[in-house]
Amino acid sequence: MKNIDSTSHVTGKSIYLDDIPILQGTLYGAVLDSPIGHGEVVAIDYSEALAMDGVAYILTHEDIPGENQIGGIIPDEELFAEKEVHFQGQPIALILAESEHIAFEARKLVKMKFTEKEVITDPREARAKGRLIIPPRTFSLGNTAAAWAQCAHIFEGTAQTNGQEHLYIETQGAYAVPMENGHIRLSSSTQGPTQVQRTAARVLGVGMHRIEVDVVRLGGGFGGKEDQATPWGVMAALGAFVLNQPIKVVLHRLDDMRMTGKRHPYSSDYKIGLSEELKIIAYEATFHQNAGASADLSPAVMERTLFHATNSYFVPNVEVTAYSCKTNLPPNTAFRGFGGPQGMFVIEAALAHAARELGVEKCILQKKNLLKNGDSFPYGQIADGVGLSQIWEDLEAKFDLKAVEARVQEFNAQHEDRKKGFSLMPVTFGISFTKTPMNQARALVHIYSDGSVGVSTGAVEMGQGVNTKMLQIAAQMFSLNPSRVKLESTNTTRVANTSPSAASATSDLNGKALQKACQALQERLKNCAARHWGVTSADISLKEERIWVKGKATDMSWDQLVDMAFLARIALTENGHYATPIIHFDKTIEKGHPFAYHVFGLALTEVTLDCIRGTYEFDSVKIVHDFGKSMNTAVDTGQIEGGLVQGIGWMTMEELSYDQAGKLRSNSLSTYKIPDIYAVPGEILIEAFETEGTEMAILKSKAVGEPPLMYGMGAFFAIESALRAFNPDFESTYDAPFTPEKVLMGLYQSSQP
Amino acid sequence: MIEFILNDRKIATDQPSGALLLDFVRYEKRLTGTKIGCREGDCGACTVLIGSWQNGQMKYEQVTSCLTALGNVHGRHVVTIEGLNMEGMTPVQQAMVDESGTQCGFCTVGFVVSLTAYCLQPTAPSPQHAIAAIDGNICRCTGYKAIGRAAQKITEALAGKDVAQPVDWLVERNFIPTYFQLIPDRLKAIRPRKQKQPTGIVLGGGTDLYVQKHDELAHRELEVMADRPEWRYVRMEGGFCRLGGGTTVSDIATSDIFQKHFPRLGDHLKLVSSSPIRNISTLAGNFVNASPIGDLTAFFLALDAKITLTEEKQNRSIFLKDFYKGYKELDKKAGEIITEISFHIPSPNSHFNFEKVSKRTHLDIASVNTAALITLREGIIQQAHISAGGIGPIPTYLHKSCAFLQGKPLSPKTIQSANDVLQAEISPISDVRGTKEYKRLMLRQLFYAHFIGLFPGEISLKGLLEEE
Repeated sequence: MKNIDSTSHVTGKSIYLDDIPILQGTLYGAVLDSPIGHGEVVAIDYSEALAMDGVAYILTHEDIPGENQIGGIIPDEELFAEKEVHFQGQPIALILAESEHIAFEARKLVKMKFTEKEVITDPREARAKGRLIIPPRTFSLGNTAAAWAQCAHIFEGTAQTNGQEHLYIETQGAYAVPMENGHIRLSSSTQGPTQVQRTAARVLGVGMHRIEVDVVRLGGGFGGKEDQATPWGVMAALGAFVLNQPIKVVLHRLDDMRMTGKRHPYSSDYKIGLSEELKIIAYEATFHQNAGASADLSPAVMERTLFHATNSYFVPNVEVTAYSCKTNLPPNTAFRGFGGPQGMFVIEAALAHAARELGVEKCILQKKNLLKNGDSFPYGQIADGVGLSQIWEDLEAKFDLKAVEARVQEFNAQHEDRKKGFSLMPVTFGISFTKTPMNQARALVHIYSDGSVGVSTGAVEMGQGVNTKMLQIAAQMFSLNPSRVKLESTNTTRVANTSPSAASATSDLNGKALQKACQALQERLKNCAARHWGVTSADISLKEERIWVKGKATDMSWDQLVDMAFLARIALTENGHYATPIIHFDKTIEKGHPFAYHVFGLALTEVTLDCIRGTYEFDSVKIVHDFGKSMNTAVDTGQIEGGLVQGIGWMTMEELSYDQAGKLRSNSLSTYKIPDIYAVPGEILIEAFETEGTEMAILKSKAVGEPPLMYGMGAFFAIESALRAFNPDFESTYDAPFTPEKVLMGLYQSSQP
Repeated sequence: MIEFILNDRKIATDQPSGALLLDFVRYEKRLTGTKIGCREGDCGACTVLIGSWQNGQMKYEQVTSCLTALGNVHGRHVVTIEGLNMEGMTPVQQAMVDESGTQCGFCTVGFVVSLTAYCLQPTAPSPQHAIAAIDGNICRCTGYKAIGRAAQKITEALAGKDVAQPVDWLVERNFIPTYFQLIPDRLKAIRPRKQKQPTGIVLGGGTDLYVQKHDELAHRELEVMADRPEWRYVRMEGGFCRLGGGTTVSDIATSDIFQKHFPRLGDHLKLVSSSPIRNISTLAGNFVNASPIGDLTAFFLALDAKITLTEEKQNRSIFLKDFYKGYKELDKKAGEIITEISFHIPSPNSHFNFEKVSKRTHLDIASVNTAALITLREGIIQQAHISAGGIGPIPTYLHKSCAFLQGKPLSPKTIQSANDVLQAEISPISDVRGTKEYKRLMLRQLFYAHFIGLFPGEISLKGLLEEE
């Protein structure tokens, strides 16, 4: 089935936040933010702005009836700064005016005075000064201290990955409408409607039942609207609450880039030891996560770094420690992969380093150390359903790895100005929220008396195709034509206490809740039909909108059965609830079984470097991916191609840059570049790794949102290999992204003008 | 009064000429299919078609409506997605659906509009043209492979397109609604606007001014290019090529004169912004914004072009290389505008090349760019004009390097020595586009690249590196 939104998308009829018709009396908000990285507020003079024609009000912390607090995991973040600002772009006030233009003009008239304080942007400096968001955490297995003695080769080094701007093309926004009795109806471009609701209630000092949050769809999220859609939603709600007028807040692109957090930059140290046979004996790493000025989701992101620190390899002795370092940057947040990629990069760098010094191809080290069934992850879960070795062999055969190697060597021997390189990038990614209580979902299904169906779940559609998958489930369970089923907006009054659409788990959690609701309704209808035909419900089946009895079609249609059930006063509404079984994790010992299952895959990346200019093009990326049994190959292929290219962007051209004062230098689309159509690999081939899938995945169709992003890391190591073909003395500092600048400087490390 | 046709409706509005087309269609006319992504021409979510009657034919081009002044669409046909929608889906829309070319959908309309612009081009369809048409559209879900497959399908559906009458051909096949056929007559009924009193700001395409001064310009009257068609031309006079200040980059790209004298023109201009920007950005605007990394500035500096500055019918002519006095400081009086650019057509012994490197190869601002025009006779460099951007406060004509090369034999040694001269006459700084060390190295490499590319028999990278 094609994405159910595709027709409205291509005709421009899909409704996003900024397309919602505006009610009379709507005021528009412009967020006033801190121009400095750290300091105490001395005075803020709003008088000129307030005097401007068309300005209605300026909301500050003084207007907050409840708590001035929006921190989700840790209460360490104010909605509006009171006494102190901690990063450039931190919200201080919301200017409300009759038009967006007036609000933005008035913002220029506010005069602010601060006493500036020390700005820290480097996570290692923050750690040295004891500025941590939470105490460090360590995952360990075996005994590394004792293991070093058994190692024939030991390599140490550092690795860095920069942050990544989400750059959802639809910027952050919210529209709040006051209802009677102080209730607020809030449309928000958020991945986490409940988080917006909970936080708005806290700031307004009211019960959650007074805030209704509704989400139709997002113009991209990628993690950037998991927690960071909240402030704008809460500001709009607060404005509507205080002024009893509708309030619209949509961030301009530069404001969005300046004010919101991004993928966490990491600076890490590694030490890896191998045996004579090139088996990894021990691995240690220290991760310095640049959390920004407050916690946001950083503790959870940091945790996933630890979970994925050994990527797809079995290492008997592991000790990995992570520090969440508090700096004066916007609070960094979720981004596809959620800390996992940052952890994986370090062990890939360590292996590349080892391969270089040992004079072997990196892929030989990788292949020798692949994780197998029965191996223990450092966090205690025993690997199960691992397909890595088989995937590796599949890739070697299907894409003729030997021929690729030969072709690259031949090309490099023949060309002076251009060099090719390749890399292999295995991925093992755990599926489930690592915070166990979040692994629950609900779905509400109405069968209307005419036989049509309405489905509400906690899932937010943001391009990942989750609504399409939900519709497939409902249509299939009832054996209905998909046109008879409508996917409703995600709304906190229909489905409450939702987890955000994140962690690749949205389809699994909400789909299984939906299955349960459909199952219950199906049973009731079958019982009703069984009474009518005088048979048992096991004799009844639903096929193509018709009732079958004992394997034979009857003349009773689905619509007639529904009508009959309605007249018989049978409930045609059901709420399904699902909680992932099996999973658990004990933080006190850092052991457990946190993931329902893992997704596996392998990518082969080929690149060609222009050694005159330092630029590069990716010839191809060939992937063997573990889909389980894909329930929608069109949607899943889109997730893989898209995730891959987003990962390549992170590893190559996307260069986030702050100056020492904490000012964002890559502050617009003209200074922060993401892949365009010419930047994608010439060829992307995806082969399915055939498995039975897992019962833990919806319809055995494994989660696919995040894992493909990490295939993009192959880009870094492919470039490194091509660069070394030109300059064999090149020593990588494993500092991603590998921009054309770093490539050129690497090509001519010893011969600059 | 600004008058134009928006989809199939005649519009007459009192909005100021500096108001943005994007705001007008979305907020005045509630045509919400056109999206806001960045408001600086870098994402393409707001792409619309602009049709104008040119040389007896409707010419449709995709533009970014976020940078298009309402005054610049006077007398034109503006088409948003709503103006393309019909009862069923168009082949462009259908291909995007069939190939799963849409994920979150926010960028999708921009792609559909750009691909429709591709269909409307009066040229034979090709996969390269299809991809080139969407070079200004960014998809963050990165569904580019699927979009590429859709573009391929569309190209197949265009087989046999009547390039002389694309509108009729496309109407017959439901690519565009039938009302398109009546547009020429309706446009002819709109009279040119009376030229207003000088407003102090002349706006070309707006592709830079609206990025720099959006708040200042979007609510006021401006003098706009659409009112001055006489400033848009490319013609030969004697041995000279003359271009009006309002000539767009796309005008240059499609000019017979340029195509004849610059065989690799397509490759060069492909590196300059994107299709929707090239369709509106003007030569005069590129020069006068004085960006030290302006691509066309580098291009025309190497042609040793002259510019004509005009104020109240008073003209004076100077070399482009003398126009730049310091960072964003020009030899230009406040009231003067660039009305003409001219350059001597290169001789058959002259060889032209343009190089640019940026973080992203396309639709990006250069870290370093450079152009070269080398005249070679019997192995001796008769003359060299070489420019560079990104290595100093102004777009730079490399006087000393050019002088050094003159009269020298073409050899690796000459080029290496010239690089020493070049390195001494540049002063790059470190910024978001690269460190100064990188820019120095990059310019050396691009300087080498001119010679490697132009004289592959004589000069190679290996030769240039080995003899150091």
